[in-house]
Formats: sequence, C-alpha cells, structure tokens
Amino acid sequence: MFDIVAFIPRMVAQSIPLMLGSTGETITQKSGNLNLGIPGVMYVGAISGVIGSFLYEHSCGGSAEAMNPVLTIAIPLFCCLLGSFLMGLLYCVLTVTFRANQNVTGLAMTTFGVGFGNFFGGSLIKLTGSDVPSIALSATSNAFRTSLPFASKTGTIGKLFFSYGFLAYAAIIISLLSAYIIRNTRVGLHLRAVGESPATADAAGINITKYKYGATILGCMIAGLGGLYYVMDYANGVWSNDAFGDRGWLAIALVIFTIWRPDIGVLASFLFGGLYILYLYIPTGMNLAVKELYKMLPYIVTIIVLIITSMRNKRENQPPASLGLSYFREER
Amino acid sequence: MHNKPKEALIHMSKRKALTWYQAWGIRLIAIVAALIVCAVITSITTGLNPLEVYATMFAGAFGTKRRIWILGKEVAILLCISLALTPAFRMRFWNLGGEGQILMGALGTAACMIVMGDTMPNAVLIPVCIIAAVFAGAVWALIPALCKARWNTNETLFTLMMNYVATQLVAYFVIVWEVPKGSGKIGIINQSSKAGWLPVIAGNRYLLNILCVAMLTIAMYIYLTYSKHGYEISVVGESVATARYVGIKVGWTIIRTLMLSGAICGFTGYLLVAGTDHTLTTTLAGGQGFTAVMVAWLAKFNPLGMVLSALLLIFLGRGAGEIATAFTLNQSFGDILTGIILFFIIASEFFINYQLHFRGHGHNGPDKGGSSSAPLASGRAPEGETDSANSKEKREDPANV
Repeated sequence: MFDIVAFIPRMVAQSIPLMLGSTGETITQKSGNLNLGIPGVMYVGAISGVIGSFLYEHSCGGSAEAMNPVLTIAIPLFCCLLGSFLMGLLYCVLTVTFRANQNVTGLAMTTFGVGFGNFFGGSLIKLTGSDVPSIALSATSNAFRTSLPFASKTGTIGKLFFSYGFLAYAAIIISLLSAYIIRNTRVGLHLRAVGESPATADAAGINITKYKYGATILGCMIAGLGGLYYVMDYANGVWSNDAFGDRGWLAIALVIFTIWRPDIGVLASFLFGGLYILYLYIPTGMNLAVKELYKMLPYIVTIIVLIITSMRNKRENQPPASLGLSYFREER
Repeated sequence: MHNKPKEALIHMSKRKALTWYQAWGIRLIAIVAALIVCAVITSITTGLNPLEVYATMFAGAFGTKRRIWILGKEVAILLCISLALTPAFRMRFWNLGGEGQILMGALGTAACMIVMGDTMPNAVLIPVCIIAAVFAGAVWALIPALCKARWNTNETLFTLMMNYVATQLVAYFVIVWEVPKGSGKIGIINQSSKAGWLPVIAGNRYLLNILCVAMLTIAMYIYLTYSKHGYEISVVGESVATARYVGIKVGWTIIRTLMLSGAICGFTGYLLVAGTDHTLTTTLAGGQGFTAVMVAWLAKFNPLGMVLSALLLIFLGRGAGEIATAFTLNQSFGDILTGIILFFIIASEFFINYQLHFRGHGHNGPDKGGSSSAPLASGRAPEGETDSANSKEKREDPANV
C-alpha cells in the first residue's frame, strides 16, 4: 500500500536542498548570470559546514555535553555561508568583473567544488590526524534535526508539519521572501531590469555590477545552505563522497520548471522531491529496471516545461533576456 | 594628475586584436602562475616541496611506457568529445549535452554488441555498431536542435537535462542486460568471443583509438576552416540576422551542425565501449562531456589547439591522481588543481580582450563609461548614484598587482 504519512516527510526532506538550490539559482539568474556552478557551490557549502563542525566536535573531544548548543549550530552555519560566499565571489570576479564566459566559469566551478567536497570529505580525517573511522557528526546533526517539542505529541499532524529541522522552515521562508522581493519591491524591479536588459538598467542609473555581485553571491549562499541541510539533516551528519549526487543540476532544472518564480519553487520542490523518491514507493515487483525509468521523470517534466514556455512565448515566462551574457558598458 | 577627482584609478577598454604570440604569452603566464599556486597548495597538504610535486606529477603522467599509452588514450577520448562540441560552440550553441550524447552512442554500441554479437562476423558487426552509435548520438542532439531552430528554446538548459534522461536510460538497460542477474552490472561484453571489439593493432589496444581521433582532428579542422559549412557556422555564430540576410538557412544550419556534434559524441561513446572499456555503465563518460567544454573553450575552438589543452587537463588529472595515491589522499585532488588552473586561464582571457589604463599614464579621455551614462542617470533610482565605473574598477585593483 502507498503509505502517504511515511511518504510526505521523506518527500519534504528530499525537497529542501532542491528548494534552497533553486531559489539561490533563481535569484542569480534574475541578475542575468547563468551560474552552472551551483552543484559545486552546494558541495562547497556542505563540506565547509562539515569541516567547521568536525573541528569543533573534535576540539570538544566528541562528547555532546561539552558542546555549546549555540556554537554547534552557528559554527557550521557560518562556515557554510563563508564557503559559498567565496564561491559566489569567485564566480562574480570572473564573469562580472573579468567578463569571462559564464558557462565555462560555471562548469569550472562545479569541477572545483565537487572535487573540493570529495577531497576534504575523503581526506579530512587524515589531514587532521584524528583516529575516527568516518565523518559522522551526530551531535551537530542532532542539533540541526531538533524539531519543535510538540511534534512528536501531535500524531500525524505533527509528523507531517512539525517534524523537520529549522533549516527546512528557513528554506520555505527564504523562498517565499525572495519571491516577494523579486516581484514586489524596488530592489526586485531593479534586479529584473539588470537581468533583462543591463544596458537599459545602466541608463536608468542602476548599478549593474552591484546588483550582479549581490544577487549572485546571495544566491550562492542560499544554495550552499541546501548542501548544509543535506549533510546535517537529511544524511544525519554523515559525509559520504558523491552522495549529494545530481541534486545541484536538478535544482537548476527546477528554476526552469518554476518559470523563474521561487514561490512556485516551494511546491515544485515538493513535487520534484516526491518524483525523486517515487520509485521507492511504486510497486514494480521484481522489475528493478523500471525504477530507473521513473528517476527520469523530473528531467523529462523539466524539458517539457522548457519547450512549452518557449512555444507559447509568453513574455513573463521567459528566461531573463540577457541570461548568460556579460555586460560591458562601452560595447553596445 | 590628482586635480580630476572623478577620474577612475583604472579604466578598461576593449583591446584591438593581439598577435597570437602575445595572446599565448598571456595565457602561458596564467598557466605558470596557476601551476605555482597549485604547487603551493599541494605542498601545504602533503608536505612535499613544490619541485617534488611536479616531479611526482610527471612521473604519474609520463613515468612508464604504459602510463604514456594511458595518457594518450585519455587525451584521445577527451579530444574527441571536444571536437564534437566545437562546431556547435562556434555557432554559439552551448551544447552541454555531450555527456548524454556519449552515453547514447555507448548504449547503441552495447545494444548491437549484445543483441547481434553472435549473428554476424566482426567485419559486419563493427560498421553496424558505429552506425548505431552515431545515429543514437545524433538523435540525442537533434531533439534540442529542432526546438532551438523552431521555438528558440534555451539550448544550454535543454541539453543539460538530456544528459540525465540518457543516464537513466542507460541505467535501465544496464539492469535489463545485467550479467549475472542481480549484480547491477553488465560486465565485459562478449568477453570470450570478442565480437564487436575493435581490433588491436601493432600490439597496442589504444593505438587505433588514438589514430581515429587524430584523423578526426584534422578532418574537423579542415571542415571548420575551409568548407562552406564551416563558414556558415561561423556566420550564424556571429550574427543570426546577417546569416539570414546573406541567405543562409539558419534553422537548417543549427540542425545539421548539432547532428554532426551529436554524431561525433556518439562515436566517442562507440570508441569507449568497443575500443577500451568493453562494458556499459552510467558513469562511462565520467563528466568528460563537461571537461570537454572547457578544453574546447581554452583552445578558442581551434581543433589543433585542443590537442594541447586536452593534454594539459589530462596531465593535471593523472599527475594529481599520482600525488593523491602516493599520499593516500582522495583522488578528487586532481579536480581541485584542474579547477584552479581553469580559473586562472579564464581570468587571463580578460587581459587578452581588455586593456587597462592606469590614472595618469598618458591615456586621454578616461572614464568614458562614466560620463556617457551620467546624463541619463538623472535620479530615477536613488541607489544608482554611485558611479558604477568607479566602484567596479576599484574592485579590479588587487587583481592587477
């Protein structure tokens, strides 16, 4: 039988990294930067958090009592934001200031970021000379997974709505907030102007460089949180190489699927999260091969959305017009 | 010169085309700088001195005859993918779907080898496999190309998504054909009969792959530089409007070029399955579809230059792998070094295309950018009052030291 009460919490947990990744990428793309480095940024965000918390747990001798609850959360969070901030800064310096090709820069960042994550994930124990068999940050993970106290007492409702760590709620708030800012505020209007037609925005007195830097770096930091959520909450603080998989690319797919709207992104992430694990719940019997075909669904759905939006050619559903192009004022 | 406070410290402008040796000089400086940074990082993590780092890397890449052959094989495969992507890139069609097109080619090859392995002699089976691989790769590229030509669908995102559809398709067939049942792996295809395997020539199993790719490189160079098709591709890449005006069928050019691109990717898949690996996995392409994008871009989409850039990236990968093995570090160390070198080269392109003028160094009329938009910036946006040229160029300052 299809167990919906067991399915929904797993679906939500699966969707949070996608939600954060796609929200970050949407903000980035609204400024006209197609950041294909998001998968790398999410890896860097995750591993930075892991490094921070590993060193902290290590310095406390691995006992949960010695750890300050505030620092337990704050250190990985800060490290994650710092790591993804630096990645975003790198991308901006190369594409905005140096006007490099965005696709190449993004792919280089993904190579670098995934390598960075796997390298430190695989070598952290050796580099720090500690004697633990694997990276398992259970104390930190417990802090990240702490749900509201009444979640376990309110039965099914509690399980469906209150059983998640704080980053899950933060993700939804961030997504809704950014949707509001992009659509309804002056900053959002300027951001969209920069993405649609930087020359026009420049003529209107909008500081292109500032907006591109701001949006891309902020986007990277949000996406980095997605990586942190994955490792600390979803994976119980256990780092295993390549476990994050292709979620970064799926987050980019989500941006298209949501036609560049983070508020739709909340629901769409749930949908994609559901599609991502649906194969576990569909009764296919012994035919394991068909399960592989089900994993295709999110991508096929994205392709269909991409084709339909380009066919209908409705203006508000298009990618930002200058997406992927760098802007040089003296070249018009 | 400080009597003009509005003048930016550094002003940038587009350069006239540099001679090729100046441009390559700048790139060389970037590569050397990157190698120094990489050496420093490596010695911090491993405690080796930087010279030893590169000695180890050279030993890893060129140390033995066998290693040189493996290096050659890997360069050939990466080069082949880069060659495949190049015609599309020259047309400014960002084919990021190399990964998927390779997998489809590999899938076509494996299908022929498994299904028809016992029914026909090798002399027939090999061409059949090649046709299947080329066809499958071409179809995989054709789908986004048709949508691009018809509805102007964003090809970057489309081809990216096609990779994962291909991956799952391969995953499906891997389970369908798995040997033994339940292992989740195909294993070596036709291990006893060797049906469909490329023949070993001159006693080396990689030589044929390398020769195929070498011929393809020259053919692609001629195609892009001297043929009418190559010219049409360049015109469409520069300006679609111009292409239409001179009577080039833009849609057809896109479709034809992408089919070529996908076909060669499919052929790479064929080389991987029939030539070297003799098996099919979802990670067969191993991210090389993306690495190839950078190889092609580094060489400015020149097929002959790609030989060098592919060699550079493979050397780094294998050299760093050797360091990682020697120090029991993670194999991903190579990706970090590759990333760093790429960042440096990407940044160096800026200095090839743009020129910097420092304040008070005989440059007349600086701050053109600032003044040109100043009358327009008449207070519509309160936060737009900062001179963007100033703030932007100050940020560049540290990079030029």
